[in-house]
Amino acid sequence: MVCRYCQRIIISLLPLVVSPLAAAEGFVPWQAVGDSIPQPLGGLTGDASRGREIARRKDLGNCLACHRLPIPEAGFQGTVGPPLDGIASRLNAGQIRLRVADESRRIPTTVMPPFHKDPTTLNQVADDYYGKPVLNAQQLEDVVAYLMTLQ
Amino acid sequence: MAKLLKMGMMLLLSPLIWADQPKSGYDYLQAETQAMQDDEFANPGMATVDMGHALFNTPGNNGRRCSDCHGEDGEKLDPKKIARYPIYNPELGRPFTLQQQVNFCWEEHLDNIPFVPGCTELVALETFVRNRARGEPVNVDISGPMRPFYEAGKALYHTRFGQMNMACYVCHDQYAGQYLRGQILTEGQTNGFPEYRLGSGRITSLQRRLEECLRSFRAEPFERDADEYIDLEVYLNARGNGLPIETPAVRY
Ligand code: HEC
Repeated sequence: MVCRYCQRIIISLLPLVVSPLAAAEGFVPWQAVGDSIPQPLGGLTGDASRGREIARRKDLGNCLACHRLPIPEAGFQGTVGPPLDGIASRLNAGQIRLRVADESRRIPTTVMPPFHKDPTTLNQVADDYYGKPVLNAQQLEDVVAYLMTLQ
Repeated sequence: MAKLLKMGMMLLLSPLIWADQPKSGYDYLQAETQAMQDDEFANPGMATVDMGHALFNTPGNNGRRCSDCHGEDGEKLDPKKIARYPIYNPELGRPFTLQQQVNFCWEEHLDNIPFVPGCTELVALETFVRNRARGEPVNVDISGPMRPFYEAGKALYHTRFGQMNMACYVCHDQYAGQYLRGQILTEGQTNGFPEYRLGSGRITSLQRRLEECLRSFRAEPFERDADEYIDLEVYLNARGNGLPIETPAVRY
């Protein structure tokens, strides 16, 4: 058992522990140039193997819902979007970054969710997801790094 | 020659003309699932029809039953009228759904406490009643006073919601027939509601389905019987005008 006094200290310290995490989940503004976001979000470096995991997982990128990717263990892969094998030979990192961050910038009727769009521009977001983009800046860079391995 | 050209043109145009005809979710089912829906002994939604049938013959607080007016098997219900819902209710100044109509009778004519919208019993009664009109083409009148509600529903159908920033039209008008993971996308027609879902193993009213869609967009759903759901029902049913009622349809 934790004494009442200690509980109170823990509770009062909680925001300090939680807030940096919350900031990491937050939206990092980006600047599009033409059909690309040339600069990595927040100057972060992506990790391709983490990106592969994010692309596969249903609760994160869920890219496989719509796209074919060379992830054979994933089972059913969607046919709504174009297959992404070889995407890095068609698009550069900046172009991929814009498409994953907010494809509706290029295609207003797109079905592809915006993975890093300003949350204040979204409508009627459920409490659990309120104020957050689908992927944080690091996760987005990880996905970009992974797609860049698909030559 | 001119005749041949004309025929050629018609052949070329026919897929375009076809694309304008609504297509039931039935057409996207595998043959064995179609057979399951068609066979009333195999269709799992028929258990809900039976439950609704029993309630239809259950006396209310004043001793009266739905069947007193509409027949023991609902044979005095007019399928043509059922196919017109939602209809305009002049007292409300708003559209009235079939489920609301059933609940109205339950309270007014049987002297019962009204059901909570979307509860199991009410959906069962709705399923039973709509099943009486199986095969009847959906026929929602969107002229006159219904027009603004149809337009409001249409606007909602084209509104993006939630963290996924998704709108109904995005999938159902652009990608019917394509696969989201293992799930085939349909036009999102409503002629089979309430429908039996094999995935969840339960009967699903239209509002419950819309709720599921909104949750999958990571959006906050509307309250049960909110104007938004009713307006969407007007738009969606009218969008499928001409499709035969399939209640209870079987879907994935
Ligand atoms: C709901 C479906 C859907 C999901 C989920 C989805 N996409 Fe897409 N994506 C599309 C569609 C459709 C297009 C084609 C553009 C269009 O028509 O809107 C597209 C386009 C793209 C493109 C550009 C392809 C090209 O050849 O120009 C990239 C890159 C991409 N998606 C990556 C991703 C990644 C990475 C994820 C997961 C983090 C993802 N998508 C999730 C549907 C989706």
